[in-house]
Amino acid sequence: MEQKTDQKPTVLVDGREVTIDGERNLLELCRKANIDIPTFCYHSNLSVYGACRLCLVDVKGRGVVTSCTTIPEAGMEFKTTTGEIREMRKIAVELLLANHDMDCPTCPKSTTCKLQDLARKLGVREVRFRKTNRVEPIDRSSPSIERNPNRCVLCGDCVRMCDEVQSIGAIDFAYRGSECSVVPAFGKDLNTVECVHCGQCVAVCPTGALTPRSEIDAVWADIDNPKKVVVAQVAPAVRVAFGEQFGLAPGAAATGRMVAALRRMGFDQVYDTSFAADLTVIEEGHELLGRMASGEKLPIFTSCCPAWVKFSEQYFPELLPNLSSCKSPQEMFGSLARYILPKQLGVAPEDLVIVSIMPCTAKKFEAKRPEFQHDNIPGVDHVLTTQELITMTDAAGLNFPSLEPESFDMPLGFKTGAGVIFGSSGGVTEAVLRFAAEKVTGKPLTQVEFHEVRGNEGIREATVALGEASVRVAIVHGLANARALAERVRDGHAHYDVVEVMACPGGCVGGAGQPVSNDPGARAQRAKGLYEADRTTDLHKSQDNPMIREMYETWLGEPGGPLAHELLHTHYASRKRITDSDFTVLPSAEKRPVCVSVCVGTNCYLKGSQEILSKVLNHVETNHLHGAVEVKGTFCFENCGQAPNVAVNNQLIESATFEKVMEAVNEASCPAKSPA
Amino acid sequence: MNTAPAAPEAITATAAPSAPAEAGAERTRKFEKCVEVLNRYHRNPAKLIPILQEIQESYRYLPEEVLVFVATSVGLPPARVFGVATFYAHFTLKPKGKYVIRLCDGTACHVRASQPILDALRGRLSLTATEQTTPDMLFTVETVSCLGACGLAPVVVINEDVHGQMTPETAVALVDEICTKEQGA
Ligand code: SF4
Ligand code: SF4
Ligand code: FES
Ligand code: FES
Repeated sequence: MEQKTDQKPTVLVDGREVTIDGERNLLELCRKANIDIPTFCYHSNLSVYGACRLCLVDVKGRGVVTSCTTIPEAGMEFKTTTGEIREMRKIAVELLLANHDMDCPTCPKSTTCKLQDLARKLGVREVRFRKTNRVEPIDRSSPSIERNPNRCVLCGDCVRMCDEVQSIGAIDFAYRGSECSVVPAFGKDLNTVECVHCGQCVAVCPTGALTPRSEIDAVWADIDNPKKVVVAQVAPAVRVAFGEQFGLAPGAAATGRMVAALRRMGFDQVYDTSFAADLTVIEEGHELLGRMASGEKLPIFTSCCPAWVKFSEQYFPELLPNLSSCKSPQEMFGSLARYILPKQLGVAPEDLVIVSIMPCTAKKFEAKRPEFQHDNIPGVDHVLTTQELITMTDAAGLNFPSLEPESFDMPLGFKTGAGVIFGSSGGVTEAVLRFAAEKVTGKPLTQVEFHEVRGNEGIREATVALGEASVRVAIVHGLANARALAERVRDGHAHYDVVEVMACPGGCVGGAGQPVSNDPGARAQRAKGLYEADRTTDLHKSQDNPMIREMYETWLGEPGGPLAHELLHTHYASRKRITDSDFTVLPSAEKRPVCVSVCVGTNCYLKGSQEILSKVLNHVETNHLHGAVEVKGTFCFENCGQAPNVAVNNQLIESATFEKVMEAVNEASCPAKSPA
Repeated sequence: MNTAPAAPEAITATAAPSAPAEAGAERTRKFEKCVEVLNRYHRNPAKLIPILQEIQESYRYLPEEVLVFVATSVGLPPARVFGVATFYAHFTLKPKGKYVIRLCDGTACHVRASQPILDALRGRLSLTATEQTTPDMLFTVETVSCLGACGLAPVVVINEDVHGQMTPETAVALVDEICTKEQGA
């Protein structure tokens, strides 16, 4: 058959003709044709893995293949459902279930779990394989994420997300065969490795193996405590996603009904984090203009995203001075509320409980950072994700659609549109530009929308004219993009005045605490919802917020002034990515034991370090010195010429013998006798 | 192609990402052998396996600090390096004893009752499937799949020496013999 040149190539899917429009694989083609092919390991923004073998199709002349790895060719014919394919898919799901802890009713992913969904859709009624019964401990070390390996089906989605989109690689496959599992380096707890708590792994995990850490119980307990006054602050991105679970389209603002739900649950005051975002604009705007005037510490990097902050502490210590010293809106709110609310609400400071509702898992980590504790009181007591708020709404028996909308409490609930668009990538920059423009030109800004900074691309650049002056801005989301840009800045290859970084794709609207959405357009819809909310709000510039002005007049003094600095600013320091350890042969409970480290490197080993180790152990045993002497094996001291090497506390003993070591141990344990 | 990268800057001692701040004697550690191997391979992440092999030859095993150091030097996340090190059976993350006892658990040996031998050896040395090395670093007991000596099944290899047609009793006797010899030493 001759193909006319102006005609697009087509394939035959289940007997229907479908045109190829640059789809990368048969799976995308089927989805375009509205055929729902089950997948487990495919995400359009991640590399193709092809391991779950669910996306099977039967290609004429080729047989059954995985559609996610097969490139469409003109004239191809294939079927998406045959008896053979259905059976193969069923077997694949049964195999997954055999390795899966089926504790579904108590799993937070229940009803949004892809595995559950597939088992239901494929009509799996029994598991014909023997269950493996290895039970792994649950990792609750992270303030943001709970890792339950018993529910993991090894699809690798989280691994590729963390590596490819976030450029971190905090978790990976380890071990082999039936031992294979997805773990942080050295099987450590997630909290002790370089994980930045962004939660994007949670967002892609199809099962309940990775879920946000829940703080629901602690919040209910405070609500139920009559002594406590519990106030909520709600982040901008929450309002455009909260309704999704109750049948609203993504992006549809559910603000009024969400506020009503919070009050019905028992929150005493409901405030808006967008108010604190307006405050951030003023503080950060002054900081930016100050730096531009002096030419110092440019570009200024935003610091509202706690995952980005931890990322820069680990990978870009040399850029830390460039981070804005402003606390994030969540923490600004916390400090300010602690400062003014006890007086305003007539509550004892210790009885004021501050709860944030955030689209984000990293905010949970941020709230626990030592920088944000004062006299052991955190700026924010509990952080709930949008998902958790939905669960609480259900638990409270509230019929969301029938709630009458209500408005936020004053004064910390009053915001401008600038504070609302913070929830989208580019929003912080735009809000700051609206402030800086008026400051620089001295004239009122009439055209408030800066479309050049909006959009979806992972890295965006613009030069924005503010009267005579111009500001060079860059906006990135996704940490791999942030890494690429930060490297260029660090190495002097790129020059900006402002760099906005959000760890999550799309900014906070795509946060890992948002409802699990199967609609890939949901993020963009939510962002659109925020920009619409801005347009329909009366005020669009943070500096026009009358409550913010009042805040400075009555409480804070000058923007950037001493009190503002104390309450609203902070600083960050570089941190290690991984905490390390020696391996201990004989642990000691005593506070300051004498520590004997015996080198078990090749050279020392050949020259008898094992004999020394064994004699020291014997000696400790027979003389009951447990507790006073700790014995460790350690690798090469890099002093192989003088092997065997043993260290007693900080003293290295070369050409060691058991006698020499014991002499040093005795000396170390009786410091009085040893020469100073 | 990765064959001609810009001249690798030598990694300096201060680059050690995991030098513990407190342990005095360890602060002097410069990872010299690692650095030598890494520089020879131009810190090429594609050469991770040979790099780890050579380093293991020097250190007898792959300690955590070394894996973190290697990961940082070649620009891979530690979790990836850990994954590689745990995937290949010949890498070991814990030091092994002076006598490594390998018990073949291939099909032939398994059929000829290698399991009771394993149980007896572990029992004699108070070892388990996860605790494979005695605290005094004298013995390591591990299983391997087929040593290629099926005719002699069941087979026990101690360091380089192959012992065939073992029973639990003869295997334990071998251990006792070594113990006597070591005590005399
Ligand atoms: S929370 Fe983010 S950084 Fe941590 S493991 Fe998941 S994707 Fe990686
Ligand atoms: S934790 Fe979740 S995303 Fe990661 S491999 Fe397991 S099932 Fe897949
Ligand atoms: S989606 Fe194609 S193999 Fe998993
Ligand atoms: S092997 Fe012990 S110092 Fe090198």
